[in-house]
Amino acid sequence: MATLSIPALRTGTPRVLRSRAAGKLLLLALAAAVLAPWAAAHWPGATWPHQLTVHLDKPLATASDWVIDNRDSHPLFLYFFGYISNAVILAVRGVYLTLLAAGWAGVTALSALTAWRLGGVRLAAGTAAAFLACGVLGMWVPTMQTLALMVVAVLASVLVGALLGLAAGLSDRLDRALRPVLDTMQVLPAFAYLLPVVLVFGIGVPAAVLATVVYAAPPMARLTALGLRGADPEVLEAVESLGATRRQRLLTARIPLARKELLLGLNQTIMMALSMAVIAAVIGAGGLGDRVYQALASVDVGAALAAGIPIVLLAVVLDRVTAAAGDGVTRTRTIGWPYALAVTVAVALATRLLGALDWPAGWSLDLAEPVNRAVDWMTAHLYSGVPVIGGTADWAGHFTTWVLDPVRDGLQWLPWWSVLLLVAALAWLIGTWRTALTAVLAMAAIGVLGVWEPSLDTLSQVLAAVAVTLVLGFATGIAAARSDRVERALRPVLDVFQTMPQFVYLIPVVALFGVGRAPAVAAAVVYALPAVVRITAQGLRQVDQAALESARSLGATGRQQLWQVQLPLARRSLLLAVNQGVVLVLAVVIIGGLVGGGALGYDVAFGLAQGDLATGLVAGAAIVCLGLMLDRVTQPTDRRAKKGA
Amino acid sequence: MRRRTTALVGSLVLLTATGCGAADMTKQASPFANAGGAKSVTLSVQSWVGAQSNVAVAQYLLEHELGYRVDTVQVDEVPAWDALSQGRVDALLEDWGHPDQEKRYVTDKKTISRGGDLGVTGHIGWFVPTYLAKQHPDITDWRNLNKYASLFRTAESGGKGQLMDGSPSYVTNDKALVKNLKLDYQVVFAGSEAAQITQMKQFAKEKKPFLTYWYSPQWLFRKVPMTEVKLPAYKEGCDADPAKVACAYPHTPLQKYLNADFARTGGRAAAFLKKFRWTTEDQNEVSLMIAEQKLDPQEAAKKWVDSHPAVWKKWLS
Repeated sequence: MATLSIPALRTGTPRVLRSRAAGKLLLLALAAAVLAPWAAAHWPGATWPHQLTVHLDKPLATASDWVIDNRDSHPLFLYFFGYISNAVILAVRGVYLTLLAAGWAGVTALSALTAWRLGGVRLAAGTAAAFLACGVLGMWVPTMQTLALMVVAVLASVLVGALLGLAAGLSDRLDRALRPVLDTMQVLPAFAYLLPVVLVFGIGVPAAVLATVVYAAPPMARLTALGLRGADPEVLEAVESLGATRRQRLLTARIPLARKELLLGLNQTIMMALSMAVIAAVIGAGGLGDRVYQALASVDVGAALAAGIPIVLLAVVLDRVTAAAGDGVTRTRTIGWPYALAVTVAVALATRLLGALDWPAGWSLDLAEPVNRAVDWMTAHLYSGVPVIGGTADWAGHFTTWVLDPVRDGLQWLPWWSVLLLVAALAWLIGTWRTALTAVLAMAAIGVLGVWEPSLDTLSQVLAAVAVTLVLGFATGIAAARSDRVERALRPVLDVFQTMPQFVYLIPVVALFGVGRAPAVAAAVVYALPAVVRITAQGLRQVDQAALESARSLGATGRQQLWQVQLPLARRSLLLAVNQGVVLVLAVVIIGGLVGGGALGYDVAFGLAQGDLATGLVAGAAIVCLGLMLDRVTQPTDRRAKKGA
Repeated sequence: MRRRTTALVGSLVLLTATGCGAADMTKQASPFANAGGAKSVTLSVQSWVGAQSNVAVAQYLLEHELGYRVDTVQVDEVPAWDALSQGRVDALLEDWGHPDQEKRYVTDKKTISRGGDLGVTGHIGWFVPTYLAKQHPDITDWRNLNKYASLFRTAESGGKGQLMDGSPSYVTNDKALVKNLKLDYQVVFAGSEAAQITQMKQFAKEKKPFLTYWYSPQWLFRKVPMTEVKLPAYKEGCDADPAKVACAYPHTPLQKYLNADFARTGGRAAAFLKKFRWTTEDQNEVSLMIAEQKLDPQEAAKKWVDSHPAVWKKWLS
């Protein structure tokens, strides 16, 4: 959905690169030759040595008990967390009551008028249609609950993000200190840190909002900093020469100049907060996410879709409206804010007088039944016994036996120190020694936490899913880059897949692939594919036209152009696609714990369901480490892109 | 500068003196509750369909007979206890037995109070489909399970037989049971009830053998008839040590729990929820409508309410 900035291409001389890579490998090999025999002699066996683990079960259980016992009496809760929690509840309630008071007509009118003001008539019509569709699907009240939650979460994220970004934008030292923090926040799969938030704030809206802020604030911070740093120095100098103070300079020049980045940050934050709205349903956030989640419980894909579609619609509308605001083109001949507000109030009052504040009960459309019929048909006819190619269940079985099992067994067979070495080598080849160090430390932390085996199990699922995603994603991306028509046809499909809550995929994949790791992988592929396709297509399209032209003039065929010019030149975007693919796949493979994926995802779900901090938090921490490691191993040296691009 | 400091200190003092009381974490209802002046009740729903049925019927009657607005939140049992104690939800209608939580919140902290029996008795066990039990009558004894392990092999079970377990929120000793009874089986966790049901239906459609952790009351029995596998008999306390369990699961009369404040001040809604009590058949009837006929839970509840006035009239008196 978001625009993506791919760093300018730098074509290094390959030979130098290669020799540097060889040097790194040589150094690592030397270190390995010294350390490996020593490690192998001290701690034989393939898995992480027992002596090097720290057991956190006891202290974590004690901590959890302490929190529960003191939550009602300790000053820390009474005078700090309690206030935060109350403030969130009051704010969400305030927004929710306002939305309800405006009624369906008022809300629709206000959003359409806002869209009109910011983006023109077509956008306004689209917005109104989207809101009405939410009502027609019978989801008006949940939509308003989600919207209320979103408004508060986004405001809080923007506030936190802008403050962090301001700090990072004005001070180099803070920028350096914040960068790894923001990096880490963005790599964390949200599912992993729901548990600690729940423990402190309890189930419900406050916990959901705070978890969302952790997840959605980083892009705002990053883009704010970027905007402040990118301000035109000449303008700044001019302002300075006028004798403006530091604060005046900031308020009158730097912040207005960064408007575009700030609005892009807002856009990104909204998108991420929405994707979190559903995951937060697991901890009782209510709203649309809860409907999706409840529909899953009765294996009702149709109902899940009916609740998922409003989320997609909200995402598309909010994306387009904030993007239009970011364009900064002031349109003539639209209405001003006072008129828009006046019209809204009039509409709201009119519906109130007519007594039609709630969505009219009769105006709804049952989407669930036809969808369920379609799913039933699919599972009845595709699951097994398809002639020649075999049913989807057979594929899943083969995939598990031939791909997932060997990869997992291979990883678990490798001695632990060789896994560390492998991680170091990969991360160092593609990045700097710092990234390599982070990756190795993250991997080692997994061992220390005592979850080496399940983590490698999760890793094997991630690797398999990423491989499938990349094959499909690169192929589709290349097709989209070479044909405008394909790209246009793909765009809405990608939009939907990217914003549809991951939970919606979980039941269809079980119906098709049975219970196990295969459906988890399938869901992850579906979710990660759009980002990979987008980045690949964009990267290929940005390849220097001159280079392509010269290749063409030399008589290169289409295939030669692709393999020898476009792909090598787009190397950085392809690497970025790999990186994004890995991060997104990890996020879903974990949710795959809910369909039999097992390993870390199951442990996190277990921790949440049983209130077992020891299991849940350790697994969550391992996921975070795994995410960090995977990110660093696939991170091109100076990447500056955002998650969920 | 000085003036600003004074003002700051002054306002701080003022804040501490007046508004800055303790923020009680136990008194925080959902922000969506009581909206628009309506009296409202927040019910927790658990992920299985039986629990959805309880809530659907309670919600329907609360809304249509007593004039409340009902919010529902999907939470697993253990977090639901926590939410109950904090007043985030008002009631938990189907609890399968959590002695630790009961001691902590009901006995010690007194933030949750008992709501009485639901009227349904729950039982967990291992089940095979009845078509399989007819083929191999001796398969329903745990001592013969090893003989049949190869029947239950899947891609996930790594050469052993697959014992399918469900959601992480369920009470289960299956890993310990497999180990302590020396069974050649691998416990595979489906991860959610939805996944487990979907898989069982797929197996049943093809008459494939499967062995699963399952429980009654459950609507799926009517769609996929299943026979319980006998495990060593349950004796009081035989499941005390989770690592040494080698016996079957008990029969549990399912319980309701209410937030203590709500139980005292909840008026007709609280009285109604305390009296809510129905049978396994009633629950299954609603569950089947929700899960199999894919009725909206509220429509299913309406159908049941319309046809069983004698049962629910008692709850309102």
